[in-house]
Amino acid sequence: MRLLLLALLCVTTLARADELPVAVAANFAAPAKQLAADFEKETGHKLILIFGATGKFYAQIRNGAPFEVLLAADDETPARLEQDGAAVAGTRFTYATGRLVLWSGRPGLVDAKGEVLKKGGFAHLAIANPRLAPYGAAAVEALTALKLLAAVQARLVQAENIAQTHQFVATGNAELGFVALSQVIKDGKVAEGSAWVVPANLHQPIRQDAVLLDKGRGKPAPEAWLNYLKGDKAKAIIKSFGYEI
Amino acid sequence: MLNPSDLAAIWLTLKLATVTTVLLLLIGTPIAWWLARTRSWWKGPVGAVVALPIVLPPTVIGFYLLLLMGPQGVVGRFTEWAGVGLLPFTFWGLVVASVFYSMPFVVQPIQNAFEALGERPLEAAATLRAAPLDAFFSVALPLARPGFITATILGFAHTVGEFGVVLMIGGNIPDKTRVVSVLIYDHVEALEYGQAHWLAGGMLVFSFLVLLTLYTLTGRKAR
Repeated sequence: MRLLLLALLCVTTLARADELPVAVAANFAAPAKQLAADFEKETGHKLILIFGATGKFYAQIRNGAPFEVLLAADDETPARLEQDGAAVAGTRFTYATGRLVLWSGRPGLVDAKGEVLKKGGFAHLAIANPRLAPYGAAAVEALTALKLLAAVQARLVQAENIAQTHQFVATGNAELGFVALSQVIKDGKVAEGSAWVVPANLHQPIRQDAVLLDKGRGKPAPEAWLNYLKGDKAKAIIKSFGYEI
Repeated sequence: MLNPSDLAAIWLTLKLATVTTVLLLLIGTPIAWWLARTRSWWKGPVGAVVALPIVLPPTVIGFYLLLLMGPQGVVGRFTEWAGVGLLPFTFWGLVVASVFYSMPFVVQPIQNAFEALGERPLEAAATLRAAPLDAFFSVALPLARPGFITATILGFAHTVGEFGVVLMIGGNIPDKTRVVSVLIYDHVEALEYGQAHWLAGGMLVFSFLVLLTLYTLTGRKAR
């Protein structure tokens, strides 16, 4: 009898388990993997995570990419997709809010108040391209709010996305840079070098929104995944990676 | 239409391609000459290193150049010691990367041209008492001219089309490292498809014209 029940359970799980392609912003790759593993264990649905730049996802989704859910790096792209009719209206929500951090691979270079920006002593300050990346736009806003943009302008180097910004700093080619807290945090602390977590009031919140895409309309798996992301367990995982909610 | 930053990127790209091509002809010619004539065991390894950029993804080359030219890298330590600072995020950093990246497109056509010459013209020059250097400049170089034309055009065009390496080590700085291919990528990512079309379309026409010129020139030579 018990065996039969188990077999039945397996069959029903299999029946529910369809593969769900999710487009995920590259900065959210690490938490997404952990969330996906937990979600798969809980529900039996199988996720296929595709990591990339949100702008590229937009172009791909508009041109028929088979993604059913988008976890974007901003809140504009999901809104735009909804306007275009490529996402299901009323399904957007903020799954994580990013924190910006001024980070250096060298211990002691970045002080606890970010005074290093005024003092100088660096040749290159890396930021993500503010036209493309929300973290880049936030970095420029913070520099503007601190009235330091003009002073550091000549020393700015731009990366195409936040992952490359981290690479510029991690390889030491730029002494410091504005990266995502999620990239340098480990067990709740900045793992290496020195850092200043930029106060959130210096820039617009870096809202990362999720949305149900047209290809996932009416299917159970994408809906379950979005609901899972809103749950307390998921939120705790997301927070542990240096995001706020 | 093209705005000033587009024009600056086009100018920078042409400058980068010109400097790179001139340097490559100067560096590549002796390498090609050596590769064409040596019987040394080193021919295989050197030829393989020269050809590496054809096979490797540009992101691999860019990533390793970033490490090598960085403060902890061998090249970076050398350039800092020599007093020129670090190369990433500078125009000359792009030149160094491009020279490496476009090397096979210059060396291989010249090497093929030198190999096609064979020994006889040089032996004839030697019997006429031409010194080796004289024979090289007045016999080998003129005879290998089609190879040099191909090398120049391919080296120039390949540098213009370079993207991945520049993206990895450039830092997107106006007038220094923001070349056309990177700017096109920016426009596309920022969903400014109109701006992107002007540059991308221009690039397409340019590439077609370059290859058309190349095939017309070399085709005529063959006949």
